[in-house]
Amino acid sequence: MTVLSGKEIAHQIEKKFPKSIIESSPQSLVVDREFLLPVATYLKTTPGLDFDYLTAITAVDFLDYFEVIYQLTSLRRNHSLVVKTRCYGRDNPSLPSVVKLWRGADFQEREIYDLFGITFEGHPNLKRIVLWEGFQGYPLRKDYL
Amino acid sequence: MAMPMLPPDWPGGFWAHWGVFVVIIFVFVLATIMGFIWFERRAMAIMQARLGPNRTGPFGVFQPVADALKLLIKEDIVPAKGDKLVHWLAPVVAVVPVLMIFAVVPFQGGAILADLNIGILYIVAISSVTTVGVFMAGWASNNKYSLLGAMRQVASVVSYEIPVVLSIIGVVLLAGSLSMQQIVIAQDIPFILLQPLGFLLFFIGACAEINRAPFDLMEADSEIVAGFNTEYSGMKFGLLFTAEYGEALAISAIVTTLFLGGWRGPVLPPWLWFLIKVGFVFFVIVWIRTTVPRVRIDQLMALAWKFLFPLALLNLLITAVEILVLPAVSPWVLVGVNIAVMIVLVFLWSRLFKLGWGRVEV
Amino acid sequence: MVIKTEPFVVNFGPAHPSTHGVFRMRMTLDGEVIVDMEPVFGYLHRGIEKLAEERTYTGCIPLTDRLDYLASMSNNLAYVLAVEKLAGIPVPERAEYIRVIMAELQRIASHLIAVGAFLNDCGAFMTPIVYMIREREKILDLFEMACGQRLTYNYMRVGGVSQDVPEEFLPALGKFVKVMPGWIDEYDRLLKENEILLARAKGVGILPKELAINISASGPVLRASGVKWDIRRADPYSIYDRFEFDIPIGSVGDCYDRYRVRVEEMRQSVRILKQALKDLPEGKVRSDVPHLIRPPVGEAYAHIEAPRGELGFYLVADNSIAPYRFHVRAPTLINLTALREMMVGWKIADAIIIFGSIDICMAEVDR
Repeated sequence: MTVLSGKEIAHQIEKKFPKSIIESSPQSLVVDREFLLPVATYLKTTPGLDFDYLTAITAVDFLDYFEVIYQLTSLRRNHSLVVKTRCYGRDNPSLPSVVKLWRGADFQEREIYDLFGITFEGHPNLKRIVLWEGFQGYPLRKDYL
Repeated sequence: MAMPMLPPDWPGGFWAHWGVFVVIIFVFVLATIMGFIWFERRAMAIMQARLGPNRTGPFGVFQPVADALKLLIKEDIVPAKGDKLVHWLAPVVAVVPVLMIFAVVPFQGGAILADLNIGILYIVAISSVTTVGVFMAGWASNNKYSLLGAMRQVASVVSYEIPVVLSIIGVVLLAGSLSMQQIVIAQDIPFILLQPLGFLLFFIGACAEINRAPFDLMEADSEIVAGFNTEYSGMKFGLLFTAEYGEALAISAIVTTLFLGGWRGPVLPPWLWFLIKVGFVFFVIVWIRTTVPRVRIDQLMALAWKFLFPLALLNLLITAVEILVLPAVSPWVLVGVNIAVMIVLVFLWSRLFKLGWGRVEV
Repeated sequence: MVIKTEPFVVNFGPAHPSTHGVFRMRMTLDGEVIVDMEPVFGYLHRGIEKLAEERTYTGCIPLTDRLDYLASMSNNLAYVLAVEKLAGIPVPERAEYIRVIMAELQRIASHLIAVGAFLNDCGAFMTPIVYMIREREKILDLFEMACGQRLTYNYMRVGGVSQDVPEEFLPALGKFVKVMPGWIDEYDRLLKENEILLARAKGVGILPKELAINISASGPVLRASGVKWDIRRADPYSIYDRFEFDIPIGSVGDCYDRYRVRVEEMRQSVRILKQALKDLPEGKVRSDVPHLIRPPVGEAYAHIEAPRGELGFYLVADNSIAPYRFHVRAPTLINLTALREMMVGWKIADAIIIFGSIDICMAEVDR
């Protein structure tokens, strides 16, 4: 499987959506949160890129910001890409949801909401998934315990 | 050939006859049920490459006794919101008809509690009362799973009565009488050869009525957690369990009487032949249980109405035609004709027949 | 007068004999037909991702054992691959071959349980699963020879495996590989063409190809829907590019296809085992790594083809002895996304079969 270089895809995306890339490197590229949904749609529908399979969504708590990582794969062309985005601020961070594009994001976004507290706008059923209703707090944050 | 027959009043007088046979029936039924429980666990285990009970007594023979003792000393739990009277009555209503069936089963020529001249009709009537007991059990438990199991049971028994009764009528036509004793006496050739299709229909229908595999969805462990006997514990559960194995024994006995020639046989004493044949039929029932997966409820109903019912009607028609020609033609010719007809019909129907409907639009 | 019926809600509760693990389904039933279904899980959540942040890199390996306890070797393998990618640690040849042997043996053992449990849910009262457990015992004996454990192995280490296989392992493995295809053929003869099994499982619980790709399904669930995607071919890890094996795919995506795909995968695993056994070289089984591994700042995602799907580990390192972030991409959690679509319109008996054919392990869904 070829891992596409973040820098080249960043050039391609900058031409279509100016000012959307915050930083890019051979391993990944970081998108501004306003442009997450348009860039994701572009990556899925452009022939030549065809990212039809969402491998994983993860979140990491770097204390200044939350970083959400999307691992995308194209089954047809057998290449993969890592797209990241950041949310600043620890009270009520939120991101647009990609469930309409890839339904595999359904449970994974619910889990990120459950354990980190990041709400996803547009998610049809954003409830806690692994912890019980009524649990206070978000365990995987670095300041939880 | 002189057949060993006991005088109808043996050993002498009405009450002695009644007393001796009631005792024989009780002992026989309860002991054989325990034997069947042991036999089933052992045979199934060996077919599954494991051992089965082998600690309690030599070859685990006392295992059912141990189970019965355990059930006797267990706490009797009644669901709080359940209907208490119905809950208590249900096992009774389920067990008593099963014991009553054995009143007309002939163990030997003349060795029968009551030689009713409507023997087989009596059996058909009584065996349906057990279903009422099962439904009472499902209802009184105040549990959605139990209710589902009870509903399935009622639906399947109602559906399978018809092919069963129609195949019995075939046998009755050949024997010329409804009495069980007369049916055995009329079997110079065992009726399984003269009525192969009838035997298949009766066997499948009877397995469905007694909830044995592959039709054991009433108490499917993996779906509805033991169905109607989920909420039963202690001796009430023991009684329901006895009813299930009692029904299996009753079906084996009826199949033996109607199709395999009852107590007739060359060398050994007649009651021994009866026991051998009953044991063999039960072994086949256990064998099928170990091997085959389970059907779904709509497939079960489709099998009854679309497959067994038309075949039963055809079987009845063909038997009636054969009765008309019977004195003129040798019975062995009819045996060949019947077996050929059975093979053709079963083959044809299985090609035309679709099991159940698929996905329902919601 | 029309009889009015109304649907009622039943809880296939957390404790149920045939949901594999603690899994709850709230079903709305209309008679026996399922009108609506909502899966509820989380009963087995132990916070493995948070626990791993307190443990060293090598100390996290026992945690990964307990993720999908029916396929522990695969979990270990995925995790150590991620750490080796993070820190750039090479693995000696003999260790690679031993890892492949263990992973394929684990795949056979896991599929035996999956197929046996599926046939048990269909109602074949315990007979198939008992036969398959008998075969699995032979595999567990092999594992016990190698690492002393029967279920949670803790065998792989960063840079190789923890200890070499003893002398009696290779002849025993040779004997197993010779006998196993005969057993798989016997299971096929018993149940593959059985009328009742076909009536219960064919056409039931169909997962169409487009939906399977959209929900990020992986493993036998994806392959049974007709997508030829196997990480061992698409993104070869370890030394899988040296072996010859086929990838079985189904055509329709129903329960019967998933069952067949798993049985065929068992055959292919035996083929890989034969090749690995022939080419096994001598040498060390672990490269020299320090006791406390301290990878440089960075991140890595490594994925393998576990028996239940694509298992991936995402690790973030910050130059300390414990991972900064440890995330498991659980295949069974993601395979469950379309459960509602697969079940609505069928009956309760089918719900159990559909759920069994996806083959989940609740410990991995909840982590």
